[in-house]
Amino acid sequence: MSPCNAKYVFSTDLLHYHFHEDHPFNQKRVLLATELLKQAGTLIENNIIPPRKATETEIKLFHDHAYVEAVKQASKYMLPEQTAVEYGLGTEDTPIFSGMHEASSYLVGGSLAAVDEVLSGRATHALNLGGGLHHGFKRKASGFCIYNDGAIAIRYIREAYNLRVLYVDTDAHHGDGVQWAFYDDPNVCTFSIHETGRYLFPGTGNVNERGIKEGHGYTFNLPIDAFTEDDSFLDAYTTALTKIAAFFKPDIIVTQNGADAHCYDPLTHLCSTMKIYEQIPLLAHKLAHEYCNGKWVALGGGGYDMWRVVPRAWAQIWNVMYQGQPLSGELPAAWLDKYQKESPVRLPTHWEDDPSIVPVIPRREEISEKNSLALQQLLKYTVTPSNQT
Amino acid sequence: MLVEEIMKTEVITLPPTATIQQALDLLNQHKIRHIPIIDKENHVIGIVSDRDVRDASPSIFESDEGSNNLQHEIQSIMSHPVITIHPLDFVEEIAKIFYDKEIACLPVVREGNRLVGIVTEKDMLYTMIQLTGTHVQGSHIEIKVPHRPGILPEVTAIFGKRKTNIVSVLVYPSKDDPEYKILVFRIQTMNPLPVIEDLREAGYELLAPNHTAGPLK
Repeated sequence: MSPCNAKYVFSTDLLHYHFHEDHPFNQKRVLLATELLKQAGTLIENNIIPPRKATETEIKLFHDHAYVEAVKQASKYMLPEQTAVEYGLGTEDTPIFSGMHEASSYLVGGSLAAVDEVLSGRATHALNLGGGLHHGFKRKASGFCIYNDGAIAIRYIREAYNLRVLYVDTDAHHGDGVQWAFYDDPNVCTFSIHETGRYLFPGTGNVNERGIKEGHGYTFNLPIDAFTEDDSFLDAYTTALTKIAAFFKPDIIVTQNGADAHCYDPLTHLCSTMKIYEQIPLLAHKLAHEYCNGKWVALGGGGYDMWRVVPRAWAQIWNVMYQGQPLSGELPAAWLDKYQKESPVRLPTHWEDDPSIVPVIPRREEISEKNSLALQQLLKYTVTPSNQT
Repeated sequence: MLVEEIMKTEVITLPPTATIQQALDLLNQHKIRHIPIIDKENHVIGIVSDRDVRDASPSIFESDEGSNNLQHEIQSIMSHPVITIHPLDFVEEIAKIFYDKEIACLPVVREGNRLVGIVTEKDMLYTMIQLTGTHVQGSHIEIKVPHRPGILPEVTAIFGKRKTNIVSVLVYPSKDDPEYKILVFRIQTMNPLPVIEDLREAGYELLAPNHTAGPLK
């Protein structure tokens, strides 16, 4: 596919969302991915736009006034502990840090800036790797997420532009916050592929969660088994998303690109390699051109092996947006030189993974079979009488 | 947990003299599957299920013109005597009644069979969901521990030390080893790794999928 007009949201304002040194969620990932792209020569200054700070009115498109006030108080360490806990703040997952309201507002503003670039026509695609905080609830922080920039961005698209949105969430954790936000809305179709909630947080995302009221049939979940490998993941993802897009025919696609389904990721039990992170954006890109005149906004998300996995996985989203193809071969030596010194683990030297990094999974066949059964369950709702052939 | 905590108190009932047609209409209108039959003093004297009513209805393949099957009194098809329970019964006890008797609905009565509520199989399942904690966000951890006194507080102390909120705890016997129990915890965190590490250090055996975390990660 020929190169597209794309914009990359970045400034150091995105890096202040930081709980503490030992916390698994580290926004340095955004810097590592940005630097990798610059060294690879696919990201130039002209492509970059800064995030703006989302206004409180914008944040309240999804979150409750009382919750936003609580986050602002917590930002200054002025929120009583008991009240904080009620709002999901001050927990091990989402600890309070100084300036958390401002830092979170920039992540939200980054996603809104990405939406504006695309919907004003200045760009066809836009990427905000600082966003994708899909666990945030209306009045509760959860799973490292304070403000749910994805849900806010979708509300913003609905109110300002009245477009039908397809939200695609490939994080290994279920995209629950965004799902529940639009569970009764037929104009927002959500699709989340994730490790089954049997063991993994948040525990939801069963295939039978289909939406309610008017929104019934517009929520899609594909829970895949622990230890799922590339082939099974890609088969499920490709088939499901192709059919869902054909069923829903969106005006714009918003993707959440958690990079925690990789076999190196410490928090999940999926077993993919970099192969899926090449295919995920390629399909989103293709479908955006097929159904939405290219309109595609991509966000970051989870990803807890910040050295070996996330920079490469996220950089490939931009490579696909910008030049239509992922990069391959050796990683830029300058990037490796610069960051190997800091990294506690040996950095990979190529864009692709050596397939041998995946351990042998004895129940591979059964796992693939189970995933394809889940896929069949999901597909039942992608067939309507009008497109049944 | 007591029956009175999960029972529904607004019960749709019929007198024994009502017609089968009335029962059919009520079942359809309220999307329910059982109707207790009560006398003038509100005492339970029978029960009809949707299946009883269906059995008494003409087949859709037969012309029912002239048939007055549905005009019979409901008492002609109701089941009796009725197995009933009390508001102070334990939920786990009545689960056994559902299972043993292969029924799906239990009227709740007090003082001489007076109807005060109803519990269905569906209410039981909902309660089970609450007990397992799967309705709230959390991570799931299974640990194999020796079956001996004091083991539960030892394990939960580790969660306490990490300030990890426990949503639910289940204890069940290890299938292949009667000397061991399996403890199942749902904990309110997206990052169970610190707790898992502590549990390992304390010498506990973790079960799938985290048992592979060592070599795999």
